[in-house]
Amino acid sequence: MNALLSVAAVSKRFRGLLAVDGVSFTVPEGAIFAIIGPNGAGKTTLFNIIAGAMAANGGTVTFAGEPIGGLPPDAVCRRGVARTFQIVRPFPALSVEDNVTVGALLHRREVGAARAHAQDLLRRLDLFDKRHRLASTLTLPDRKRLEVARALATGPRLLLLDEVMAGLRPTETDRMVAILRALNRETGLTILLIEHVMRAVMALASRVLVLDHGVAIAEGAPESVVRDPAVVQSYLGVEAV
Amino acid sequence: MTAPLRAALTSRGAIPLAILLAAFLLAPFFVNDYLLTVLILILYFAYAGQAWNIMMGFAGQLSLGHALYVGLGAYVTATLFTRFGIGPWLGLLAAAPIAAICGAVIGYLAFRFGVAGVYFAILTIAFAEFARIGFDHLDYVNASSGLFLPVKQYAHNDLWLLRGDPTMFYYVILAATVFAFVLCRLLLHSRIGYFWLAIREDEQAARAAGIDTFRYKMYAVMVSAAVTSFAGVFYAFFYNNLFPEQVFSISRSIEIILGPIIGGVGTLFGPILGAFVLTGLAETLNAMMGAFGLDLPGAKQVFYGACLLLVVLALPEGVWPPLARRLGLSESKQ
Repeated sequence: MNALLSVAAVSKRFRGLLAVDGVSFTVPEGAIFAIIGPNGAGKTTLFNIIAGAMAANGGTVTFAGEPIGGLPPDAVCRRGVARTFQIVRPFPALSVEDNVTVGALLHRREVGAARAHAQDLLRRLDLFDKRHRLASTLTLPDRKRLEVARALATGPRLLLLDEVMAGLRPTETDRMVAILRALNRETGLTILLIEHVMRAVMALASRVLVLDHGVAIAEGAPESVVRDPAVVQSYLGVEAV
Repeated sequence: MTAPLRAALTSRGAIPLAILLAAFLLAPFFVNDYLLTVLILILYFAYAGQAWNIMMGFAGQLSLGHALYVGLGAYVTATLFTRFGIGPWLGLLAAAPIAAICGAVIGYLAFRFGVAGVYFAILTIAFAEFARIGFDHLDYVNASSGLFLPVKQYAHNDLWLLRGDPTMFYYVILAATVFAFVLCRLLLHSRIGYFWLAIREDEQAARAAGIDTFRYKMYAVMVSAAVTSFAGVFYAFFYNNLFPEQVFSISRSIEIILGPIIGGVGTLFGPILGAFVLTGLAETLNAMMGAFGLDLPGAKQVFYGACLLLVVLALPEGVWPPLARRLGLSESKQ
């Protein structure tokens, strides 16, 4: 499998704090790749760098063979990298369907075609029945799904999911896992996710990267990573094993 | 073009809209000169408010300096007319792009250097003030002594040169208001309209969805400025005189935005309804004070302030959205 995303020696410094310290990893095309680690490990910062929301202080980000480091977020999205936000930010005064239609219009000229595509995605994300509601009236799990739908609507090759399982009940988590798996299997979509819910990570990811204090401390298949003493020590805790 | 146009005009609100339009079309046959002037004023504010709404209501960019574009429209066409005999419609072909370019300059400076929110609003005021002071000293347009359009008794209405009686002006501003309404509806239901709303709602999320927010904010300012410039053309040819102190003054900018704010920012009917409520009530107040022999300078401004306060407190969305819900006329995109 070819590398779709390569992050090489990326660093980000906030004044005295080295939030991301020379992190490198490669996400193969078609993979589901998870980044885990304790709060403040630099996961979201890394995401923001990949998505163009922040500039790195060093290192390179390569997507589909093209360097994307330093590009603004909209340009990154147009190249095929869509993201969700850890703290959800749907367009509150727009309907659920309009939220997703905005995304679908990125690569479509016709509003009608974009709306039809948005409806397909809303069906997939179990939001079709709520499509006329204002985004601001949705519950948190629904807003998370809406973010995923809007991101998907932009037609990405790589989907960045920032803690989309947080706050979901176990049944909702399983449903989201099933939806993401189906997307990955049916469309070949590559997914890079930050996740604390280990239940979802174990079920989804083919590969896991563990960050701690900005440093990659382990990388590998999920089963082996969770047994890594360094990971257990810094993040999972002894009881988790 | 005709298909989206038809789609934009047919909705559940089509019948009330048709009745409203018919009432406007027939109004000059039933009202006296004074009422006709009030109606012209209402439509003028409805038109200008609609144009301002493109920037604020759709794209979320607060302009407090729209008098700039009114003034440019007025001065460019009036100058072309008085100096070169070029009619207002041809003049508009120069005035609208000039207004759009000025909007683009302000937009570029603001959006490129991250001037947003209140600071952006202040920048728009600053440019309107530059223009006011600049024109006040520009001898080519008679500086502060003002520009006057020749007034003669015309045997018949000349639509091409916008010379004629108030009834002609009434129909001109009515047509312009209808045009602005249809244009705004088309824009709102097109790709650009969705992108504007996304930017208004959450600019960062809009960028993450791939929208080049700089570009679409620029479009909003330019379209809004160009549309607004015609309000100035109308102003110049209706009143026949122009003073920088008057057309570029900040109170002009505020007058423009009161209608949409009271009617409902971001809605299509808000600017029209707001202009009606505000100008209608203000003129009623005027007439009543006249009837009681009261002469209170500034009463209108106090009244505007009171209206604004009342709406902001009681109907924060403006008058139209709750009214629309009650009437079952939603402006949703279905």
